[in-house]
Amino acid sequence: MNATASPYSSKAVEEANSIPLDQIDVADTKLFRSGTIGAYFDRLRREDPIHYCAKNSLYGPYWSVTRYKDIIEVETKPLIFSSEAGGVTIEDGTLALDTPMFISMDPPKHDEQRRAVSPTVSPETLAQLEGAMRQRTGEVLDGLPLNQTFNWVDRVSIELTTQMLALLFDFPWDERSKLTRWSEVASASPESGSTVVESNEARMAELGECLAYFTRLWNERINAPPKFDLVSMLAHSPATRDMTPNEYLGNLILLIVGGNDTTRNSMSGGLLALNEFPDEYRKLCEKPALVASMVPEIIRWQTPLTHMRRTALSDTTLGGKQIKKGDKVIMWYLSGNRDPDAIDQPDTFIIDRARPRQHLSFGFGIHRCMGNRLAELQIRVLWEEILKRWTKPMQIEVVGAPEATDVSIIFRGYKSLPVRINA
Amino acid sequence: MIKITFVDHSNVRRDVEVPEGLSLMEAAVQNLVPGIDGDCGGCCACGTCHVHVAPEFVDRLPPMDEMENEMLGLVGTRDKQSRLGCQVKASQALDGLVVHTPIGQH
Repeated sequence: MNATASPYSSKAVEEANSIPLDQIDVADTKLFRSGTIGAYFDRLRREDPIHYCAKNSLYGPYWSVTRYKDIIEVETKPLIFSSEAGGVTIEDGTLALDTPMFISMDPPKHDEQRRAVSPTVSPETLAQLEGAMRQRTGEVLDGLPLNQTFNWVDRVSIELTTQMLALLFDFPWDERSKLTRWSEVASASPESGSTVVESNEARMAELGECLAYFTRLWNERINAPPKFDLVSMLAHSPATRDMTPNEYLGNLILLIVGGNDTTRNSMSGGLLALNEFPDEYRKLCEKPALVASMVPEIIRWQTPLTHMRRTALSDTTLGGKQIKKGDKVIMWYLSGNRDPDAIDQPDTFIIDRARPRQHLSFGFGIHRCMGNRLAELQIRVLWEEILKRWTKPMQIEVVGAPEATDVSIIFRGYKSLPVRINA
Repeated sequence: MIKITFVDHSNVRRDVEVPEGLSLMEAAVQNLVPGIDGDCGGCCACGTCHVHVAPEFVDRLPPMDEMENEMLGLVGTRDKQSRLGCQVKASQALDGLVVHTPIGQH
């Protein structure tokens, strides 16, 4: 790919550039599905980087923050831009946000609850986990078929992230596919056309089963000595042991979705990116140590979460625009991660960037992804183990078009990625 | 030039000499000192440049602002000597500063 060319079709660019600014509504799943959303973000960053969509969008009026540096400004002012007042997604009530979880709390409660669970992903814990993770990753890879087409999403991305969650929760191993299902159910949005569940009632019923299951695990662990799994930590920590069942469910959903729907898609998106940029795949095979800088680049490239939302608690200005108390403010990570003022050649996948972790996919400020180093570790171990087994460029070949996940304005990912390992 | 010593988790010492005004985070990253990540590039927004300042230097440092305090509040291994490296700039008063880096940043 030519590094300077727009990655979008000329028709998409023309459409994005000709529509009147005040008619632009980037929160349109059609644009995400067709892959043309980037052309609209390009225009907004250039012409109206903090853009108000007043028209009758599916989600009501909202501000779009599209530049990297403006997104950081919103992220670092949690007392003005609240996560609690209206939730963290453009659509009210997704992510089962009627259940309380620390991602949608403001200080000080956010800080207390987050501190209670953050030891599960501390550097010390990750160092302990790495061995088990590497062994299981190796087993999954060794079980893959050679010289025939299979779905990378099912066999690798979903399998590995589900196994990791089961390890973190010390969840009954043979029932771990329940975790994948609950993750999909929690993040489904029947209102915007998702078919994972039939209705919100059906979703809440399944999440009720999730709560019942985890309540059983809680009761087992609260009566046992504390250990290093998430359920035990929540049950024993002074900050979380008195949670209501609803708060417990909220935190479980947060950890399940956070640890599943995101990393899974980076595991698929990374392989796809290497196939789209074969020179990078070659570079990687020549110098496997580049995995370290490739991992954050994969996470930038994929941007598994398109946005996070805040709600203004008071009148304020941002980039010269007057934001009113109560306004919905959307930080489009997908746009900030393609901002040429912050990232050199943002539309090119480059595995040896100098400062690869300067991307927005984990957010910044007090709500920065708690599991960021866990996510990086999982993807790093995956690629280290891949390169021990299959050392040639393009040896893991994407042989057909990927299929995007069920319609979502929040998650960017894949349902299938047909792959063949040429051995 | 200001001398700063970074001591890593396994007690390996690394001395760097940096110009006045450079932050401890930049001093480490530019000199390839491991143990400091600085994911956000220095705007006090990620908490991945956490250092423990040697006790004799703690009182010489500029006071902590609200944002730094808030970000450090999320760091599990925070103690009275904790600072974020991006918020402490090299200066004559800090010549010879010794800071300890944690086992990992997250």
